[in-house]
Amino acid sequence: MEFFKHNTNIDFMAQRKWAAIFSVVLFIVSMATLAVNGLNWGLDFTGGTQVQLNFPGAADLNLIRSNLEQAGFKDAVVTSYGTSRDVLVTLVPSKTQAKATVLSNDAKDVLVSQVLQSLPNAKVVAINYIGPQVGNEMVTKGWLAIAVALLGTMIYIAARFEKRFAVASTVALIHDPVIILGIFSLFHLEFNLITLAAVLTVIGYSLNDTIVIFDRVREDFRKLRKATAIEVMNQAINQTLSRTIMTSALTLTVVLALFFLGGSLLHGFSLALIIGIIVGTYSSIYVAGALSIALGLSRQHLLPPNKEALDDRP
Amino acid sequence: MNRSPIWKYLLIIVVIIAGFIYALPNLYGELPAVQIAVANSSVTVDQQAIDQVKQALQAAHISYLKEQHEDRTVLFTFASPDVQLQAKEIIQNVLGEQYLVALNLAPTTPAWLKSLGAAPMKLGLDLRGGVHFLLQVDVASVLQQRVEGDLHNIAQALRDERIRYAGVFRHGADGITLQFRTPDALGEAYNFVASRYSEFVWTKQSTAGVFSLQGVLMPAAMHQARQETLEQAMNTLRNRVNELGISEAIVQQQGDSRVSVDLPGVQDTAQAKSLIGKTATLEFHMTDVEHDPALVAAGGLTSADTHMYDWHGQPVLLKNQVVLRGSSIISARSGFGEDGRANVDVRLSGIGDSLFTKTTAESIGKPMAVVYVEVKSTPKLVDGKQEISYQTDRRVISVATIQSALGNGFQITGLSSPDEARNLALLLRAGALPAPVTIIEERQVGPSLGKQNIHMGILSVEVGMALVVIFMALYYCVMGFIADLALLLNLVLIVAVLSLLGATLTLPGIAGLVLTMGMAVDANVLIFERIREELRRGLSAQSSIHAGYERAFVTILDANITTLIVMMILFSMGSGVVKGLAITVTIGLITSMFTAITGTRALVNLLYGRRTVKRISIGMA
Repeated sequence: MEFFKHNTNIDFMAQRKWAAIFSVVLFIVSMATLAVNGLNWGLDFTGGTQVQLNFPGAADLNLIRSNLEQAGFKDAVVTSYGTSRDVLVTLVPSKTQAKATVLSNDAKDVLVSQVLQSLPNAKVVAINYIGPQVGNEMVTKGWLAIAVALLGTMIYIAARFEKRFAVASTVALIHDPVIILGIFSLFHLEFNLITLAAVLTVIGYSLNDTIVIFDRVREDFRKLRKATAIEVMNQAINQTLSRTIMTSALTLTVVLALFFLGGSLLHGFSLALIIGIIVGTYSSIYVAGALSIALGLSRQHLLPPNKEALDDRP
Repeated sequence: MNRSPIWKYLLIIVVIIAGFIYALPNLYGELPAVQIAVANSSVTVDQQAIDQVKQALQAAHISYLKEQHEDRTVLFTFASPDVQLQAKEIIQNVLGEQYLVALNLAPTTPAWLKSLGAAPMKLGLDLRGGVHFLLQVDVASVLQQRVEGDLHNIAQALRDERIRYAGVFRHGADGITLQFRTPDALGEAYNFVASRYSEFVWTKQSTAGVFSLQGVLMPAAMHQARQETLEQAMNTLRNRVNELGISEAIVQQQGDSRVSVDLPGVQDTAQAKSLIGKTATLEFHMTDVEHDPALVAAGGLTSADTHMYDWHGQPVLLKNQVVLRGSSIISARSGFGEDGRANVDVRLSGIGDSLFTKTTAESIGKPMAVVYVEVKSTPKLVDGKQEISYQTDRRVISVATIQSALGNGFQITGLSSPDEARNLALLLRAGALPAPVTIIEERQVGPSLGKQNIHMGILSVEVGMALVVIFMALYYCVMGFIADLALLLNLVLIVAVLSLLGATLTLPGIAGLVLTMGMAVDANVLIFERIREELRRGLSAQSSIHAGYERAFVTILDANITTLIVMMILFSMGSGVVKGLAITVTIGLITSMFTAITGTRALVNLLYGRRTVKRISIGMA
């Protein structure tokens, strides 16, 4: 089986202006929704108590909410979790309460038993309690991890390839997570520690894709002496096209299996990866590829280190 | 012509065999077991106790499957958890308090595999149910206590040396300031403290007629104090967790001031919490040498201020007055004395040792005993309501002779072996939690959710694998099939490495495994696409194979290294959830380099490497 019997010759770079506009719009919309709506931070980051309950029959979320409200939990977030019989009750402390209720552990036990008293049929499946200090630390650590990951890969690419590539790929690498976060913010999807891991994995995956193309660009620049940068970029993308399609399709298949079969805990993780694989594949071509050309990439940047300098030595 | 050298084939065969051997234990299940160990001791469970257990089980008509000896413990396996619970109760009753009887799961790994060091992966709490606690240890308060103790001692020492000071006080968490009226006193004091208290960095300061010495605890000493505090906390927690009857509990250090406690299988968090937070301490008592303990034990009278204890089966009579409490102990280390015999070096904080110094000075040559005091809490049903009752349990753990008046540092000698010294030091440290501990994170997973998670995890691995395998074989024909074999071998190798490392498998770990399956084929896709390209350009089958592998290798290396950089960062973030993912992906990337490049190349060379081969089955029409 072959996707393309002959070498394709699609002029990818012809669309680079439209792609740039598309990317910028997507980026701005993502940033805007992040600024306006913020992220729906999960328990890992906010701290608080989460109780997963299982009911004998289908659970009436509104009844649970009103029961909890009567018991004094006005801020309780009640969502169904996977099936109609599973319910997730999240009690995130409001800022004024934070110190009073969450710091003491007994308060948390009281909380859980009160929740259970107001919902007599429920069976506890899982309880999570995260202290506020852990949550705060996670937010800082999360940002730090993303920043260090970007910096680390940038240094590696600058060393192995070229600094224009490093800048272009880093922009692509910022582009991808921002869009994932934007989608999570727009649809109020919970962002927890495992989702953060997925975002970092996407950074790795997208970079993987970008490097495969850059590698080919480097090779083609050395081979095709007369071609322009745009021609070389186009050819490199075409040459790696079946590989790009094949790998993204396979990885996507596998992640879809996780999304549909992995259970509620992995939903956010697999969703972030699904978005990431699609956006990452796109950004390797139109963000990293196109930007490196816009930055003025040319043949002499990618020639092997000059050997004459060595010969000149006495 | 493409040929791989013989050593590569040998290497691949060795790796395959090793991979299968070390992955194999995961196919065997686990059996419910009861684990027996001697409490608070490094003694092996003796044959007499084992026989006792066997008789009791026989009397109750409970049959065990196997008897396993491990380390210093004995495991009895049973057919079902119900039988296991019954048996635990019976064994506990027969053996009594000196033995720790715990529920456990014994892997049914065959002996020949075990002798090779193979063991199955451990399952995380999310896959088997249980409770996870993250505890914050207040290390700062211990540091402060230590500096305060030193402050007292320094002041005392200065008085003893007749160096007159104007004032001593603590500054910050780890500093001491000594003030003097004359530069002479300052100089004298400097010479004295710089040599005696070398854990501090001392600096002289003289401004406006005030001569002061500033001492700051050295970073190395501070780090050591922190580390000791954490280790002490972990020892205490481990001891306490053992009492819960879970022997596979995991107590680990997290960062520089936290300890995580994982209790698989525990559903009653209330009990777990009360045990983890309970208080135990040590007391030093003088032995009563005026009365014969044997006589008292035989029914004689005891005076009101003494109490009988049992020590290694012999009665000892101790005075009730507490000479020293364990809370005054800052550190205890086992070592060897000048006479070459094992001893324990104990350091006290400044508080509470004046009575101790006075008493010991009066009792040189007399024996002193160390008593382990524990407050046990047991939940009981009273009138249908659950109440927690507390009992104080006292046990003599050591009796030693006082050699000289004891100050803030002293040695316990008269110990029979280095092992005993080590255990005593451990107990002295583990007796009480050294610092206030707060639970800052708690995760509880029900057993049904655990089963569901593992079921879904395995299903997604199977489906993900199957789809990739089918797709590869369809798209690249025979070459695709070779890549599939490599992928399968990769899975086996990842499982083998994880088992060898003793890593814990969690749900995110499984997700990482699935993801790796998707990404691992990338190497083969790169190689095969490159071979196809070369074939299209009209190169011969042999040159295409050669060029394909050669050229794709650089790309694969670059691509994998960058992903590895990201995974290393994920790993160093330190949270258990994310770590599991990072470990599996990292291992998967490394093993996939081997299977996808070296492994497939060897097979391809074997199949198509001969000069006569003109066509390769790589899915091209």
